[in-house]
Order: sequence, then structure tokens, then C-alpha cells
Amino acid sequence: MIANSRIRQAYGFAAPAVLWTAAFFLVPLAIMALYSIWQRVGMSLKTVPTLANYIAFVEKSFFLKGLLNSLEVTFTVTILSILLAYPLAWILAEKVPARWQRIALLAAVLPFWTSYVVRSYSWLLVLSDGGVISNFLMQTGLTQESISLANSRTATVIGFVHFFVMLLTLTIYANLVQLPKSYIKAAQDLGAGPIRTFIHVVLPLTLPGIMVGAFLTFVLCIGDYITPQILGGNKELLLPQTLMLQIQRRADFPMASAIAMILMAVVTLAYAACSRWLKLERA
Amino acid sequence: MKLRPANILSVLYAAALYGFIFLPVVVLVLFSFQESRIPVPPFDGPSLRWYAAMFADSRMMEALGNSLLVATLSSLVSLTLGFLAAYGLARHKPPGTGALRLVLTAPMTVSYLIIAMGLLITFNHLGIPRSLLTIGIGHVVINLPLCFAILYSQMGDHQANIERAARDLGASEVQVILLVALPMLWPACFAAFFLAFTFSWDEFIIALLVSRFDVTLPVEIWNMLRSGLNPQTNAVGSFVFLISFVFVIVLDVIVFGRRRVKGESAK
Repeated sequence: MIANSRIRQAYGFAAPAVLWTAAFFLVPLAIMALYSIWQRVGMSLKTVPTLANYIAFVEKSFFLKGLLNSLEVTFTVTILSILLAYPLAWILAEKVPARWQRIALLAAVLPFWTSYVVRSYSWLLVLSDGGVISNFLMQTGLTQESISLANSRTATVIGFVHFFVMLLTLTIYANLVQLPKSYIKAAQDLGAGPIRTFIHVVLPLTLPGIMVGAFLTFVLCIGDYITPQILGGNKELLLPQTLMLQIQRRADFPMASAIAMILMAVVTLAYAACSRWLKLERA
Repeated sequence: MKLRPANILSVLYAAALYGFIFLPVVVLVLFSFQESRIPVPPFDGPSLRWYAAMFADSRMMEALGNSLLVATLSSLVSLTLGFLAAYGLARHKPPGTGALRLVLTAPMTVSYLIIAMGLLITFNHLGIPRSLLTIGIGHVVINLPLCFAILYSQMGDHQANIERAARDLGASEVQVILLVALPMLWPACFAAFFLAFTFSWDEFIIALLVSRFDVTLPVEIWNMLRSGLNPQTNAVGSFVFLISFVFVIVLDVIVFGRRRVKGESAK
């Protein structure tokens, strides 16, 4: 009797949070899934189930190109960020004295407390026509005319890498400091040089840290609208930009829903591919 | 550290990467003090002209007020709901706890853009007008999992024993929560609230899609970007940076400072 009332009480405590999540997260996702198999005809909504939106996605090069661009940018950003972050994480863990490490890490994440929109805008100041880089190159005589790096895929990638290098440095650093020094010593005692020690001992043991950071980078990067919209311009669109066009310009919610479902499917695939390492981290 | 080639290379590499990380922020703040109308070199300040323009901009100030309101209220709701759920599930471990935890943390695995779209379509379908309230609802959706996860992880057996002692001494459940559980967990509550606050304060895509006439600061900044490079945008950006920075310092001193003192006295 007492046990029963305790259990009922526990459900009572959890109920508001669960109901909120159900009403404003699960139900909207379900409605969105439903919309994705409906269709907009003219200005009205046709509620007969159809795969027309998904077929349009595959048939119109506009959408497929968006997906392709997104995948290319995301993979480029993820790989570049890992390559840049790993040495920095290693330097922080191995070369910086222990009491300075905390401050070095805090300093590294400091720029990330600017607002996300403002951070992309700041890169515009650096990269645009007449901006800091263009000005620097002209002052030093490397170029004669002012150049603009903004409104290009390069700018999008720079903006993203700026954000994710630090994220990956943190996850890889967390992994490196946990690595027992004795493992490295053991490998060296057994005759491995620094390169073999790294490839066969350090790298496999820090793989979970890399994969957690890489997965986060992939998910956050492929779903982001702000950075490509501010820095990439309108020359080539990424998938979230095509999605926003459906909402803002065409008010085609069914098509936008279908794109969102495809975006979710891509993220789920990425999770399935990384889950081996993501679980390893938790254990 | 000895002056060996590997060490010199390490210092150069770290300096280059830190330079890359800080470059845009330094440029942003520096040119917020620009005198002329374009925030590009040469720097002709320092001038506080654009900060004055920012404070005189009534739309901007309104958006700032809206942001503070939405962030405060949505974080309070997230914290309250998250605390109650964590308390119920961690203390009493009713059947189905695993499944409920999964439901409560699920929004963390979905990108904000998709959460925003789901809400937009739902509000639109039901004819609910978009307003500050709908932005707040969206922000609770993204911050509730965060508050729940933080508090759930902090509710250990040690606190459970003390709460049981209070109950045995005749405290009602409300008294246990308010007088025993909450005071013990206040650093975690504080951390959860401030994290939720900064996330709401900075959140853009939900605020853009489910707002209409009343907007929050990131959306107003977004609207300003249409006019191209503008020192006033630099001023607003630097101002937002300053506020977030103060939050982080407060959070660090209050939450982690306490832990550090405890850790040192334990040695």
C-alpha cells in the first residue's frame, strides 16, 4: 500500500516534465512526420497520404544538390577540425603545466560565449571585401586589389571549423589526460618508437574522444542554418538553407517537413555508424 | 620547459590556433569602437558612438528586454520541471524509469532546426499565434532535458539517506523537497539555471521561426545583418559577449569555486 502510493507520487513528480516533452516535442515531431506525407496544392493542404515530397526530393536536383553540399561541407569540417584539434589537445595535456591547463582550456572556450549569430558575423568582418585579411594582404603588398573570401564555401568551412576545433580539443583532451602514462612507457620499453607508440597505443585509446567530438561536430554542422546563410551566401545552398526556403519563401510546410525527416534520417545513420565508440565512452 | 625544437613547435602551433580562435572576437570588439560608419580597417576610434546608438535604438532595447524575460522565465520553468522529474525518478525509481529518462532526454538528440520546425507546424496547424510565449515554450523544450540530466546525475545515495532521515522525523514530502533536497542540491540547480539561461539567451532558430512581432535579441541582430557590415552590430555583439562572459564567471566562481574549496579542504 505504502509502496504503491510512493510510486504514484514519483509519477506525479515526473508528470509535468513528461507531459511538456510529449506535448511540445513528441507530438510536433509526429505532426511533422504526418505533414511530410501530405502535400501543398496551390495554397491549400491536401491530406491524402503521398510520397510526392520525397519523390520531389530525389528528382529535383535542387534538393539533392543541397544534401550533397551539406555532406561535403560537413565531412570537410569534421576532418579538418580533428586534424587541427588533436595536436592542440596533445600540447595542452602534455606540454602545458598542470595548473595552467584549466586556464588554457577556459581561454580556448572564451570566444564561444559570444552569440552564435554574432560569431558568424565576426568572420564576415575578417573575410569580407576590405576586411581585415584583405587589408592585411594589401598592406603587405601580397595583393594589389582588395579580395573577398566571404560568400563562399571556404568562408562557411572556416566559420564552422572555428567553432568545432575547440569542441574537439575538449573531447580529445579529456581522453588524453585519462590515458595512463605507464602504457606509453610500456610500449617504449618493448621497443616501439614515438610514431609506433602513437599509432598503436595512443591513437586507439583516444579514439572514443575523437569519435564523440566528431559525432557532435557532424550532427551540429549538418543541421546548422546560420553559418552557411551568413558566410556562404546564396551561390550554393546547404540542406538547412533549402529547408528554410520552403518555409520562409514558399510556405510549403509539407516539403519542409520531408526535408527535415531526411535530415533526421542522415543524423540517425551517423549515430548508427559511430554508436560503437559512443557506447565505449559511457562504459 | 626546455628550448627543444619539439617544444618551440608546440608553442608556435598553440599560438597559431589560439590566434585563429581569438581573431574574429578581437576584430568584433575592436571595431565596435570605430568612429566611422564601416567596421573595417583602418581603425579610426576609439569612439563610444555606436554603443550610444545601440542604447538609443528602441527596437534593440525592446529585444534585449524580451530576451531577458524569455530566458529568465523559460529557465525557471525548465529548472522546476527538471528538478521535480529528477527527484521523482531518482528517489523513488518507479517502474519504467529508464523509458521516462529516455523520453525526457530525447530532445537533446534532435537539432534545434527540427524542433523549431515541429513547433512552427504544430502552432500553425492549431492556430496558436506566435509570440514570446511560444518562444519560451520552445526554449523549455531544449533546456528541460539539460536541467533534468544535470540534477538527475547529482542526486546520489548520500542525499537520499539524509532525506529519508528527514521523512522518518516526520517531515512532509513538500518539507523534504524545500528544506532538505533543494538546499543540498543548490549548486547543481544554480548551474542548471545558468546554463539554461545562456542557451535561451543565445538561441536563434527557434526564436526566429516561432516569433512574429516581438522578437528576442539574436533575431533582432539577424535582422540588422541585412544592412551589411555595421559598427552598431559590433557594439551589440560585444555587449552580448560581455553579458555571457559575466554569467560564465559567476557560474564558475559559485559552482566550481565551491567544489574546489571542498576538494582542497579534503586533502
